[in-house]
Amino acid sequence: MAIGLQFAGLSLLAFGGVNAVIPEVHRQTVVVNHWMTDQDFAALFAIAQASPGPNFLVTTLIGWRVAGLAGAAVATIAMCGPSCVMTYWVAKVWDRYRETPWRVAVGWGLAPVTVGFVFSSAFVLIRAADTNWRLALVTAASAGVAYFSKVNPIWCLLAAAALGIAGVLR
Amino acid sequence: MTPRLRPWPLFLTFVAITLSGFGGALPFARRMLVERRNWLTAEEFTETLSLCQSLPGPNIVNLSIVVGSRACGWRGAVSAGFGLVGPPVVLVTVLGVLYGRFGALGEVRDALTGLGACACGLVAATAARMAEPLLKSRLALAAPFMFAAFCGVALLHWPLPDMLLGLAPASIAAAWFRRRRS
Repeated sequence: MAIGLQFAGLSLLAFGGVNAVIPEVHRQTVVVNHWMTDQDFAALFAIAQASPGPNFLVTTLIGWRVAGLAGAAVATIAMCGPSCVMTYWVAKVWDRYRETPWRVAVGWGLAPVTVGFVFSSAFVLIRAADTNWRLALVTAASAGVAYFSKVNPIWCLLAAAALGIAGVLR
Repeated sequence: MTPRLRPWPLFLTFVAITLSGFGGALPFARRMLVERRNWLTAEEFTETLSLCQSLPGPNIVNLSIVVGSRACGWRGAVSAGFGLVGPPVVLVTVLGVLYGRFGALGEVRDALTGLGACACGLVAATAARMAEPLLKSRLALAAPFMFAAFCGVALLHWPLPDMLLGLAPASIAAAWFRRRRS
């Protein structure tokens, strides 16, 4: 229940997608409420990234970890529901306001704040996931490949998982 | 213009998009909606996406709602949204259950450690790709707010809603005056 309310609030703050609110999800679940450890959080995020579909799925997993199947359902609905309803209504009036100056200013203004939040997400996740220099190297390599090339990220993920299983990242 | 469509093909198309979308479904949505189905032109796609990005919530989910509602009203929005969200939610819940059962095994731990290190690198790359056009086109306007948002949330651990409510109005106001001057 508590997680539902929190995610419902975050749903309406998640300008620029769920990656932007990851630091807040981490703060609430790990730091404030102690629902899971840093390692758990990093593992759940990894599972969500490695499975197909939108990347808000990490919230489904967190809901499941905290409160079982009901938690997964509540977290998913809370994360998508409010913003979906809002999008549905806004899309209807969108065309009327498309070129108005205030809408452009809102877009310009929100963008850098959102990007700052996504950088924060990366920072929080790196702190949770990279416990030795070899892992940091994997992070740097995957960031480089994803930034400079158009390779499907699943290959990076598979390679990293293979390195993990091979035992070179311990 | 998006053609009028029945709910069922909308649902199936978004199922196909979501199940092929590893590491974010957006590129696959573009390929499917613009190049394969021709439901949107390239410009319409970009424009629709920018609407979805300026609204809160998962961007790709918002996109499915907009495309669905244009094609078939609220029934279209519901079927596109469920097509996009339903299958991966089931899949990821199964993976979560498996993690709960086998997460303590050495091999699983090792694989997830590698995956985790890679996944946060992908997020960093996403952030960099989002930052690039902003810093190129309006450095002085964007950089201070980007930096402040990062410092507050990542380094000082301030609650994100507070940061958003504090920074967004200032950033929007700055953009407003900058545009009026030019």
